[in-house]
Amino acid sequence: MSGDLRIDGLKSPLAGPFDLSVPAGTCLAVMGASGAGKSLFLRMIADLDPNDGEVWLGASARSSMSAPAWRRQVVYVAAESGWWSDDVADHFKTGQKQDAADLAERFGLASELLQAKVARLSTGERQRLALVRALVGHSPALLLDEPTAALDQDSIGKVEQALKERLAAGLTMIMVTHDPSQAQRLGDQRRVIAGGRIEAAA
Amino acid sequence: MNPIILHPLDLAIASSLLVADAAISILLKLRLYDKILISSGRMVIQLVAIGFLLRFVFSIHQPAVTALIIILMVLIAAREAAARPERKLKHAAGFWIGLASIASATVLTALFALTTALRPHPWYDARYAIPLAGILLGNILNATSLTLDGFLGGVAREKSAIEARLCLGAGFWEAITPFIREAIRRGLVPIINQMSAAGVVTLPGIMTGQILAGLDPIEAVKYQILLMFLLSGGSGLAAAGAAYLLALRMTDPRQRLRLDRLK
Repeated sequence: MSGDLRIDGLKSPLAGPFDLSVPAGTCLAVMGASGAGKSLFLRMIADLDPNDGEVWLGASARSSMSAPAWRRQVVYVAAESGWWSDDVADHFKTGQKQDAADLAERFGLASELLQAKVARLSTGERQRLALVRALVGHSPALLLDEPTAALDQDSIGKVEQALKERLAAGLTMIMVTHDPSQAQRLGDQRRVIAGGRIEAAA
Repeated sequence: MNPIILHPLDLAIASSLLVADAAISILLKLRLYDKILISSGRMVIQLVAIGFLLRFVFSIHQPAVTALIIILMVLIAAREAAARPERKLKHAAGFWIGLASIASATVLTALFALTTALRPHPWYDARYAIPLAGILLGNILNATSLTLDGFLGGVAREKSAIEARLCLGAGFWEAITPFIREAIRRGLVPIINQMSAAGVVTLPGIMTGQILAGLDPIEAVKYQILLMFLLSGGSGLAAAGAAYLLALRMTDPRQRLRLDRLK
């Protein structure tokens, strides 16, 4: 399943309403000051916070499926990565390990890291592994919250290259970034959020 | 054997130990003697009052009065259980969750004991029902408040870990089960410690009291063993009930983690 991501009157007491459409295979880059509501926007799409409105992926409405089924299709990767076990390996399903090792290598991560303890990872390593964890699921849509904030230029390039390939293969993506040049490089559309609302095309 | 009856004069002599406390407080400038005075005064008044109240309730044989007293005790315990955790739920939800789990665990365990092991006539005899409810409540309250504290603290601390699982498509119950387990485990630690230390490190209070009151040690021990079983059963029921109710409170039909329901 893949398709356009269509956001229709999405709102909560804190942010919105948002009305947007992101065609399949493209990236919407979202910018804005800290606290403007960018993360709230992504969290509402992923149905992590209470909200009103409808989101469509292709022909399927979010309200027509269970929340876990929706979140498997439209995967949100938070700015601060979360880990529910001490070992990195526990965060990957058995069938995903090879895929994860390949992606980790592409992102400039040593393959031993997949056998390491989470507590020993640096912030940048955690961020890249959290992205690997989301990418191995091959979901049709990704919501990325500052996915390269803790990375050096070299790693940023590697991550962006992998994302571009996924976009070319049909991925629908919304990405929050503080870096205007990254928004230029990846964003097919660019928007600014201020005060919990879409302000303008950037 | 007859118990040694204490006279008011005996208690007055014992209270002279408070003078020693006061002296220590003054010598070491602890500024505690007013607190010692007030708290010991409160203790005497409260206990004498409850003694007369119990004597009265035991004598009138009114099940409704017995029930009323137990309900009051349960309400106070629920309030205590909800007040202790560091993180609290909005809209007094902690009180209601505490009330539901404490009341059901206490009533179930007490009824079980009164109809099987103890069997007084009638089974609701206040002389048995009220002290039994009291000792059960003390332990069940402890288990419940530890469970509340463990669950709410754990969930608030591990928000990003729980949401990371939800974001990858896990169901809420899959993501929250480790926290339910950990909270129940925390609630049961005190009773497990009590059981393993009983008789070796400590002589439990009930047993000591019965021995001092003249009961044969073996009879006192049997009572204590029965009580320990009841307490562990009651604590387990209350901790499990509280943990599942808390988990229900922290989610919604869209399987979100509703930390906005915390204060």
